[in-house]
Amino acid sequence: MRKIVPHPILTLFITFVWLLLANDVSAGHIVLGLALGILIPLLTSAYWPDRPRIRAPLAIVEYGLVVLWDIIVSNVMVARLVLFRRGDSLKSTFVTVPLDITSPEAITALAGTITMTPGTVSCDLSADGRALLVHCLNSDDPAADVAQIKTRYEARLKRIFG
Amino acid sequence: MAIVAEFLIAALILVGAFFLLVGSFALAKLPDMMRRLHGPTKSTTLGIGSILIASMIFAVAVRGSLSLHELLITLFIFLTAPVTAFMISKAHILRDKRERANLPPTGTTNGWATLDAPTPTEEPARAESR
Repeated sequence: MRKIVPHPILTLFITFVWLLLANDVSAGHIVLGLALGILIPLLTSAYWPDRPRIRAPLAIVEYGLVVLWDIIVSNVMVARLVLFRRGDSLKSTFVTVPLDITSPEAITALAGTITMTPGTVSCDLSADGRALLVHCLNSDDPAADVAQIKTRYEARLKRIFG
Repeated sequence: MAIVAEFLIAALILVGAFFLLVGSFALAKLPDMMRRLHGPTKSTTLGIGSILIASMIFAVAVRGSLSLHELLITLFIFLTAPVTAFMISKAHILRDKRERANLPPTGTTNGWATLDAPTPTEEPARAESR
């Protein structure tokens, strides 16, 4: 079973995305979606050998809502900075976020979240995958920003991915 | 009902257009590469988001059919925007000597992945923790 379907969740997800793309739930499209859902993970399994372990699937919903809210807030914040501040008066700085999470999927999710939320863009990962380089657009207290990333996002991801 | 939907759609399109404009404006206004990256990664997500919500409401309220393509567009934007920003900043760090001098230390024994190869001793520790 593992040989044919290396990522069962990915298979279901690709089928679902295909049905959304087709905008049509009929037997033909379900079969076509399932075929894609089985073929694509098979062809790409060399690049994704491990299966991510998800400990708390329901926590993903909470995480999604928190991130969605933060995206709205961050858009307004960044828009205000851009419109009402002179570019060179922004205190931009790089900060290092040490990571407690180790699974590649969790780190990817964290890096993506950081880029989408308040005034921060993730820029690079340390070569051993233990720290993330983050650029803050305007930061009065870099240590507080790092602490916020760790408590708000990383702690939740740690619960999800274990 | 139709008039409420129309007002809602118009408001969402205006909000979306405003944030898209701010995002593009940030790209032109901010003084350096790393700061410029903040404009298109953030302001545009809300901008595109509200235009897509407007499009969904339009489909339901005016045309009377459900349209889910907008959800997919949102999903793809959320997947691609951070990756693009990540690759652009990595390329920037690799090419810009001055920016490289500004980078904070990693706090581990290894350097940043763009500039340093991992030291082989770290590999087993990572494998065992999974």
